[in-house]
Amino acid sequence: MSMLSFERKYRVRGGTLIGGDLFDFWVGPFYVGFFGVTTMFFALVGTLLIVWGASQGPTWNLWQINIAPPDLSYGLGMAPLMEGGLWQLTTVCAVGSFVSWALREVEICRKLGIGYHVPVAFGFAILAYVTLVVFRPILMGAWGHGFPYGIMSHLDWVSNTGYQYLHFHYNPAHMLAVSFFFATTLALSLHGALILSSTNPAKGEVVKTPDHENTFFRDAIGYSIGTLGVHRLGLFLALSAVFWSAVCIIISGPFWTRGWPEWWSWWLNLPVWR
Amino acid sequence: MIKSCTAIRIALLLAAGVLVSACERPPITTEQHGFRGTAMVKVANPRIVAGQAGIHAVPAALPAAPQEGQKASEVYQNVKVLGDVSVAEFTRIMVAMTQWVAPEQGCGYCHNLQNLADDSLYTKVVARRMIQMTQTINSDYKTHVADTGVTCYTCHRGMPVPANVWFAPEPQKHATRMVGNKGGQNTPAESVAYASLPYDPFTPYLSKANTIAVNAKTALPNVRVGSIQATEDTYALMMHMSDGLGVNCTYCHNTRAFSSWETSTPQRVTAWHGIRMSRDLNNTYMDPLAQTFPVHRLGALGDVAKVNCATCHQGAYKPLYGASMLKDYMALSAAGALAAMPAAAEAPAEPAAEMPAEAEKP
Repeated sequence: MSMLSFERKYRVRGGTLIGGDLFDFWVGPFYVGFFGVTTMFFALVGTLLIVWGASQGPTWNLWQINIAPPDLSYGLGMAPLMEGGLWQLTTVCAVGSFVSWALREVEICRKLGIGYHVPVAFGFAILAYVTLVVFRPILMGAWGHGFPYGIMSHLDWVSNTGYQYLHFHYNPAHMLAVSFFFATTLALSLHGALILSSTNPAKGEVVKTPDHENTFFRDAIGYSIGTLGVHRLGLFLALSAVFWSAVCIIISGPFWTRGWPEWWSWWLNLPVWR
Repeated sequence: MIKSCTAIRIALLLAAGVLVSACERPPITTEQHGFRGTAMVKVANPRIVAGQAGIHAVPAALPAAPQEGQKASEVYQNVKVLGDVSVAEFTRIMVAMTQWVAPEQGCGYCHNLQNLADDSLYTKVVARRMIQMTQTINSDYKTHVADTGVTCYTCHRGMPVPANVWFAPEPQKHATRMVGNKGGQNTPAESVAYASLPYDPFTPYLSKANTIAVNAKTALPNVRVGSIQATEDTYALMMHMSDGLGVNCTYCHNTRAFSSWETSTPQRVTAWHGIRMSRDLNNTYMDPLAQTFPVHRLGALGDVAKVNCATCHQGAYKPLYGASMLKDYMALSAAGALAAMPAAAEAPAEPAAEMPAEAEKP
């Protein structure tokens, strides 16, 4: 595969975390590295496990294939393969491939001498997943509290888990997470629209600079966060959404067992108006 | 700048303090009620459950009395509901009722101590009606109470008025104004587990017989099933049921389709009968007593205290965690049941915690 003209000077040796020069090469545009190999291994094994599980199940309907976690009675032990053990192995593969991918990103950052913002951001996504299928099950005492791997089945899990606490919209961290998800889409759409508007001027006019972009927002809302700042804001909003999602599920069960509406009784009981 | 940083830190610490103090901690207990991975799970805090053990403790049964000998109605006057039982058993039940309902007030709470047959105290008239109600529950509502049955203690727990009863709420002050009608909402009330749902889910369903099923039966509903208000009412009732039984929605429902009986647990059938039972008790036994009770026992609208799920359950999935007190007081089953019972008959133990059949996954 051909290489872009500037690409060659970034393809430098070194910066690997493990394995030295062993996998320090590229395949086409893709950097391999030790963690590229482990990503491939875990992703392949995990996917094949799911396909094999589907072959043992009652359906090939993509929507209904279900790799379910073990019964709660297995606690934090291993379950037989067809009674949740497959889910456990798949979870190991998923965590392995996600973390490998993040570490591969770290190696690329080190080669380029740039910050670790990308692997850190991806790390938040991994954190959310690991919270759901590892941390929370451990805190609740059984792997069976993880969500099942299936398109419809995981949605059923989400619904029932919400209703375990009667009304999940009263979960304070869920409120923050939902708000941040909405805010991040709003911010991205505002930013995307602004960039497109300044780079698509009226016919015959030149492409506009960030001065125009700043001026638009100063006119509209009295403040412009700026060209670099908007990306800091975007990262903050997106990571906050993921972070509070992880918080909202880790507190449901381990740190609160009743209906979420009842949690707010501390507010109702403030001495000011009790 | 430094000062404002300190202020922010203090505010954050205070906020964190509120969050931590408002929460619970692991370890918790969980109980699976559906196929693995469906998250149909009962979640409980063992420390809270332990704290409630006192409410759900079963008082020891009084020593059995001989069932032979003269009947109560042959010895005492004005015995209308327990006349069939032996004098010894009758006296035993009276003693038990005193312990269950008026342990501090004693016999004089219901009886004129100069003349025990006298009906002048309202409490005696009510108590007689409540015995009939108990007998009806134990004989006609086995679909809900099974052979476990109920006694006075199921609701009263040593108090003349059960801890969990409900009255019709006062009408809302500004309900007739254009923007004043809250529809019973936005008033965090214990009756709906503090959600912003209509705070009186009882009048529509446990007194009147409004339709509870509000879910559409098809993916794209082309027939109007339940209005928004009716849906809020249904959810309000369900909040009460969950809270009153100390369970969550998944104890009865797979929430992917609330209405589907195929994917619901067996407990939902029991609960369905319980709703009908509560409604019947309120309309047949409680409401007609409105003239009997003194004014200070009535609600703001002059209605009597009525039953809901929490009246018996008091936060437990089964009242007294399924212990049967009735088996020691079979006279509280159907009228005349005791006479028909073989001497040492015992109600069969209830089947152990029901696990729903594993739903066939498509």
